[in-house]
Amino acid sequence: MSGSPSGAEGGLVEVPLHVLAHSRAGDKGNRLNLSLIPYRPELYPILAEQVTEARVLALFRHRGATRCTRYDLPRLGAFNFVVDDVLEGGVNGSLNLDGHGKTHSFRLLSLTVRVPGALAP
Amino acid sequence: MSGTFLVGNGAGFSGDRVDAPIPVVRTLVRRGLPAALFFETLGERTVALAQLERRRDPEAGYEPMLERLLEPILEACFRHRIPILGNFGAANPPAAARLVARLALRLGLPDLRIGLVAGDDVMGRIALDQLPVHEADGSLDMRTARLVAANAYIGARPLAEALARGADVVVAGRTSDPALAIAPLAHHFGWAWDDWEKLALGAACGHLLECGSQVTGGVFWDPGVKDIPDPADIGFPIAEVTAAGGLIVTKAEDTGGVLDLRTVKEQLLYELHDPARYVTPDVVLDITECTLEQAGRDRVAVRGLIGHPAPETLKVTASFEGSWLGEGEVSVAGPNALARARATADVLLQRLERRGLPVRARVDLIGVASVHDSDAGALWRSYRGPEPPEVRIRLAAEGADRDAVDQAAREVLALLCCGTAGTGGARWRVTPRILTRSYLVLRERVPTTVSVATAREMAA
Repeated sequence: MSGSPSGAEGGLVEVPLHVLAHSRAGDKGNRLNLSLIPYRPELYPILAEQVTEARVLALFRHRGATRCTRYDLPRLGAFNFVVDDVLEGGVNGSLNLDGHGKTHSFRLLSLTVRVPGALAP
Repeated sequence: MSGTFLVGNGAGFSGDRVDAPIPVVRTLVRRGLPAALFFETLGERTVALAQLERRRDPEAGYEPMLERLLEPILEACFRHRIPILGNFGAANPPAAARLVARLALRLGLPDLRIGLVAGDDVMGRIALDQLPVHEADGSLDMRTARLVAANAYIGARPLAEALARGADVVVAGRTSDPALAIAPLAHHFGWAWDDWEKLALGAACGHLLECGSQVTGGVFWDPGVKDIPDPADIGFPIAEVTAAGGLIVTKAEDTGGVLDLRTVKEQLLYELHDPARYVTPDVVLDITECTLEQAGRDRVAVRGLIGHPAPETLKVTASFEGSWLGEGEVSVAGPNALARARATADVLLQRLERRGLPVRARVDLIGVASVHDSDAGALWRSYRGPEPPEVRIRLAAEGADRDAVDQAAREVLALLCCGTAGTGGARWRVTPRILTRSYLVLRERVPTTVSVATAREMAA
């Protein structure tokens, strides 16, 4: 995650994705997909620039994630992140309470981005 | 062949709300258009768990809520010629069909026609060790692994054939989820099985509806952020498909929930990897050019779907007997709860080591970090946030030896006397695990059969 503290800085404010976008997680085997859907079209290029594959992979490094691929769907106004080897063996092998990884959409939404104050709610 | 056909969904998984189909059927009847209703109740592991049920009881092994789901709606569907399709046969479609026959006779519908689709169960028919592994989870020693179930995800064609032969209820085991929606559409509109554009429409329709309320506000609502009307009564979805290729997704009338661009986007991308290649047995769906438009309250039009030719292979998911999982939990609350919870976690891991139990274990501090954490507890060990009012400590232990796993879980119970001050609320259990492997197999190797009989004939 970005080390920069929250607050205004050169007209930009740092906010969690949760106030800008929504997400849903789905699983297949030991792989997770996370949609990321900005509420406003103006946010799409900002999220495209800041919510990179590397940052999303870093969110799941502690779980052994090995790779993150982002698919951009500009016509739909959405991104699809696919994170490999993140489910600690998958629903049948994991010791985690949430073997499907359904709760991880909100881990993604805890990531912060810097947006112009006018776009932050 | 009427211009518009309605597809309703009555369940999105085994465990869904059993009263959900009632408003869907009421809406389909009120609309008066040709329609079908489908139930998707078979998750990746569900068929293996059902197979274990069948071993215990030869008449079990199908969707346990089947009678509850169908009883309130079967007569209305039969009278209004709304066929019902479902993969609720799970590991025992013939027994599910017999249950539907008994139910139909009890409701005074002896002429109800039941279609039975077989062929998905490939256990003993295909040598799995000759096939390349497609997806895998957990670790498995194939030399000693004991197979529980092996089923191919079959496509829409046998389901459509059952409809063509007059089935009012189509009972299947493992099918692809979208096939349950493609079949009635292909049957009604007479789609060719290589009309990829039309089949893509059907696949998108099925994909959007297959998880029931997930497209109408379920796992979407976020209080104060994404509110929905009446989450205790979320209406299940209905699709309107036209002969010209139009698709509008809407929902049961007089229900809660919401259907808008946000809910449709979330469900469209759910469990999707490459958006250009959503592979189903009937078509490969490509949503890269897809656009959505709000077409009225709780109505979204879906356009720009692309279809690519169906794959030559089908996915077969095999389930094996896995290890044992032991879980135990205790709570601490009030002053110094976090320190007591951390110390409890450390002691539990020390106890397992001290006793030399052959298990792989993990501890969670529920309320501090659990579902997002790693087996090593990276998040709760590094937690520096505010003191939580209470914490539930959970131990999970896995191993091949049931007794060792049970002993590990019982270490949590022992904390009722040996634990920190104010430890309480112990629970523990041991459950068997299932492991799955997916394989790709040439579709010619998975022949399917369809039989249709009336409830009266089936009961005789």
